[in-house]
Amino acid sequence: MKLNKTLLALAIGTFLLSACSDDEKDASLTDGTQNTASGLNDASTSGLNKGSGAYGSEMDGSGINGVSSGNGDYASTLGPEFNDPNNPLSKRTVYFMLDSSQVLPDFVPVIAAHAKYLIANPSQHITLEGHADERGSREYNIALGEQRAKSVSSMMKIQGVSENQLEIVSYGEEKPKAFGSDESAWEQNRRVEIVYQAR
Amino acid sequence: MNFFRRILFIVLFGFNVPFGHAALTIEITEGVESAVPVAVVPFASQNAPVNISAVVNADLERSGFFKMMPEQSMPGRPSTAAEVNFKDWQTLGQNYLVIGQVSDAGGGQYNVQFQLFDVYKNGQLLGYRMASSADDLRRTAHHISDLIFEKLTGKKGVFSGRIAYITTNNQGSKEQSQQLQVADADGFNPQTVASSVEPLMSPSWSPDGKKVAYVSFERKSAAIYVQTLATGERTRVAEYPGINGAPAWSPDGTKLALTLSKDGSPDIYVLDLSTRSLNKLTKSFAIDTEPSWSPDGSTIVFTSDRGGKPQIYSVPSKGGQEKRLTFSGNYNARASFSPDGKNLVMVHGNGNDYRIAVMDMATRSMNVLTSGQSDESPSFAPNGTMILYASKKGRTGFLSAVTLDGKMQQKLVFNSGEVREPSWAP
Repeated sequence: MKLNKTLLALAIGTFLLSACSDDEKDASLTDGTQNTASGLNDASTSGLNKGSGAYGSEMDGSGINGVSSGNGDYASTLGPEFNDPNNPLSKRTVYFMLDSSQVLPDFVPVIAAHAKYLIANPSQHITLEGHADERGSREYNIALGEQRAKSVSSMMKIQGVSENQLEIVSYGEEKPKAFGSDESAWEQNRRVEIVYQAR
Repeated sequence: MNFFRRILFIVLFGFNVPFGHAALTIEITEGVESAVPVAVVPFASQNAPVNISAVVNADLERSGFFKMMPEQSMPGRPSTAAEVNFKDWQTLGQNYLVIGQVSDAGGGQYNVQFQLFDVYKNGQLLGYRMASSADDLRRTAHHISDLIFEKLTGKKGVFSGRIAYITTNNQGSKEQSQQLQVADADGFNPQTVASSVEPLMSPSWSPDGKKVAYVSFERKSAAIYVQTLATGERTRVAEYPGINGAPAWSPDGTKLALTLSKDGSPDIYVLDLSTRSLNKLTKSFAIDTEPSWSPDGSTIVFTSDRGGKPQIYSVPSKGGQEKRLTFSGNYNARASFSPDGKNLVMVHGNGNDYRIAVMDMATRSMNVLTSGQSDESPSFAPNGTMILYASKKGRTGFLSAVTLDGKMQQKLVFNSGEVREPSWAP
């Protein structure tokens, strides 16, 4: 025990004196502060936790019922329609076929519903997060994710949503919702998340 | 985790603490029949904190060039030339013999000596004596491996090199974070260089080995940073709207090729690091990404799906005609040159299978080196004999090394679990 305390004191002392560590520490602190301030950090973390199996998505004949990850918390505070499973606004994930960024027919009404809401609420902003499944190369998958997010944003803009309400970010394969090297995991990860921003 | 334990955790992570933290297991998945038999006799030592001969043994084995003799088969434990009976080693089929001693010189200093013998010619090939502090014993062992390797193969050794990679910490928990780490080429002594709760990607070494460029999502969208390793200081060099990705240093260290989608679709740009001016090299509406420079700096290869699926293209690094390079396989991406410029290593896909392949630039023939199913991020060793790459398996990821001819494969297993995107320092 005594030895551990000495080691600990030495360790802390050395840590505080080292310039190298300070910069590493600053990098970590900067990340933490910015993430907390924007409120989106919680969203990202919880998205990953959900991916560990607590929430699944079911395949029925005609499509896939999206489970909202990301900042589902904020959207769900906007009104009961955002939590009502019979209302398209409660669906905030759009899924895609392999190697494709084309919006599937099943998701057209979902996107239309969100577009309508955004037109009626011009100060509401959303982020469209694009994702890809894990296969193939990471940076190419970042580009694929962006293509998917842009597909959704184009559709919304055509319907009249203003460009400045839409933000796009692609995470490629870096933030999977489902883990596994099989088709079931892959199809859950080929997605765009519609994330309502608190402003 | 309470405050004090967190400090201790950060310190252990950031410093070389000889508690055996980075226990590394090497699993040999395939061996080489043409490997030369070598015996590294455990060095005579007085309780040195590092088992130098064990490190040398592991290094030489990982290179794929040598078949190392197991300790239990050794006919003796000579540590001086006088103690060696060459006939014993000849009958056991050993071509070369390494013996040595480590002695405590006091004051935290050690004296290390070793000798390399040609068993059949009964002669010494190398003999060195070196002083080393306790902290430097692993580095000394790797230096010994380099000397032996160079003597026996004529090629430069890579055992003293470093690798950078991304790892996920506390995966699946609320404290999950990503880390960019730099470690010895055998995975020991990992040091965390950057840490974030948001994704980190694509580490790329500067040609002088002093800086690393990488992609970070810490500000919620991607940006490219250049960090000086010795000080930890860093500069954000690109944060344009859209994608900022795939940084790659020019061989002269003055520029970064990178991917930006600010003009509508992902394209390859060259960023001058001193003037911050951008030169746009590709203009297609397709995805153009993952640039990498030829060793002479004249050409950049990149991934493009302008033909439908990702394939490798080239473009002069100052701009000019783009040319398709790969025609075999339905998916080729993330290409990079061997240090001599003669080969291109890449991710090569067919259906759901993604493997590492090498294309001979002269003949354009493609040689698939690994067995997949999800191999990625290949990186050449600076001596061109080995390729480090990552394999994915569901939630886990690990690094492996494969020789250029594909005959020797080894899996590197880190304590930290999920490891990806390796990059071998130049």
